Amino acid sequence: MTASVDLDLTRIRADFPILSRVMRGGNTLAYLDSGATSQKPLQVLDAEREFLTTSNGAVHRGAHQLMEESTDAYEQGRADIAAFVGADDDELVFTKNATEALNLVSYAVGDNRFDRVVGPGDVIVTTELEHHANLIPWQELARRTGAELRWYAVTDDGRIDVDSLQLDDRVKVVAFTHHSNVTGAIAPVAEIVRRAQAVGALTVLDACQSVPHQPIDFHALDVDFAAFSGHKMLGPTGIGVLYARCELLNALPPFLTGGSMIETVTMESATYAAAPQRFEAGTPMTSQVVGLAAAARYLDAIGMAAVEAHEAELVAATLDGLTQIPQVRIIGPTTTEHRGSPVSFVLDGVHAHDVGQILDDDGIAVRVGHHCAAPLHRRFGIAATARASFAVYNTLDEVDRLVAGVKRAVEFFA
Amino acid sequence: MRMEQMYQEVILDHYKHPHHRGLREPFGAQVHHVNPTCGDEVTLRVTLSDDGETIADISYDGQGCSISQASTSVLTDQVIGQSVDEALKTVGAFTEMISSRGNVEGDEDVLGDGIAFAGVAKYPARVKCALLGWTAFKAALAEASAKDTVLTAVGTNAEDKR
Repeated sequence: MTASVDLDLTRIRADFPILSRVMRGGNTLAYLDSGATSQKPLQVLDAEREFLTTSNGAVHRGAHQLMEESTDAYEQGRADIAAFVGADDDELVFTKNATEALNLVSYAVGDNRFDRVVGPGDVIVTTELEHHANLIPWQELARRTGAELRWYAVTDDGRIDVDSLQLDDRVKVVAFTHHSNVTGAIAPVAEIVRRAQAVGALTVLDACQSVPHQPIDFHALDVDFAAFSGHKMLGPTGIGVLYARCELLNALPPFLTGGSMIETVTMESATYAAAPQRFEAGTPMTSQVVGLAAAARYLDAIGMAAVEAHEAELVAATLDGLTQIPQVRIIGPTTTEHRGSPVSFVLDGVHAHDVGQILDDDGIAVRVGHHCAAPLHRRFGIAATARASFAVYNTLDEVDRLVAGVKRAVEFFA
Repeated sequence: MRMEQMYQEVILDHYKHPHHRGLREPFGAQVHHVNPTCGDEVTLRVTLSDDGETIADISYDGQGCSISQASTSVLTDQVIGQSVDEALKTVGAFTEMISSRGNVEGDEDVLGDGIAFAGVAKYPARVKCALLGWTAFKAALAEASAKDTVLTAVGTNAEDKR
């Protein structure tokens, strides 16, 4: 299997047995839904199995050998994942998923024990292209605190319009997504961070669609918080990650409380452990952390620059193939400039669900619907799009099958 | 070709040329139902006969996939003119077939063109699409019937006092 960038796709695909599955229509799977969840390589599954069959124990509790080995595996996992995203070990908090990570931030910054607490009269800024996970927590924070929610509008090609809103010193939080999970547009992070910092606002980056697809260095991006999920980056479900700048994490009050996150406890009150333990109440997701660390090492061994270049090639071929079909309208940039993987589109005369059904018959898995970004779809006057999203294991042949399938849908409903 | 089994000609016909579409007045009750996973929506009105016994009209507007739009069109064909009891039986029979994973064929005498949706039942992801209009109808009918009962009851009381 060929790719013009330096990837051994045949070898990579052999690590993902599911990719050779023959689907109910009799065709081999073409999995173009990694934006929803990615497939997992054997290396991730083996790492979890190895951990569970040799070292499983309760992390940070007791004094036996398995507990020690589990704690080591858990904390080594944190270190490996931190290195993968350009963070220090003690700047990562493990959560159930990225949604919980964003909720953690939205609750902690609304807590009056935080010295930069969001309150009445303050402004929270987000954007019109957010996934609901980076919108609704801010709506709720505004409701709880009496702050006002405002947002950057979206341009006709599906980018954040950074000039659509002027920030002032009432703005306390600017939350935005790195790669849109619908339009694929890559946000001008440096510019948005510069504007937020100029008014003293905290920045929160939804990095779910960027961490699996390009080299990431949170320190270089200079955001205050970032969230990403394990299962979108070849790792397990049930594990998300919050990145927070060290001094902020140390200053934030807890979100979820209970065991493991305490220092001393009496019947009346408790004092809390240092970060990151302060934010990891209860028994943590141990094998999931081990699996996610294996996923980070797997991607790192391929090289994120190579992953990015390969996916750029797939996106270019998809845009090229789809834009030659007259009935197709791309929702998002039509060139690869500042653009990542998801390619979302509507077909004149064919609803997205029906496109997805025809593609499914060919063994091609795409996502259809509003992709948890209903306001963005409303902005474009549509209820649903079909979305092809890629990962390191996808091929140009799969892109050709997608384009052929879309043509078939046009003919079928003509 | 599996797609022809699912998208039978009769479904595509209803999709391209929907029956009874558009919102009409007067109406007894109106509901707005959405499928939150995909954003499909329907606004549907039910008009009962003066005696409250018969479905005089169903009018609707909405957006969605071929399955949701065609099944709503079929609903209006089958149910307009039926008694309230018959209509509920028809809805029950369609729901049973669609929810059966393909194990219930459906009775053409009861469901008319609705039996064309038997193939849809094999695709769990599309069951909600097929039921969107029918679920909306059931809710609107309940609302219209309740209003009718209230009005009748008020009327009866007024007569008693006379």
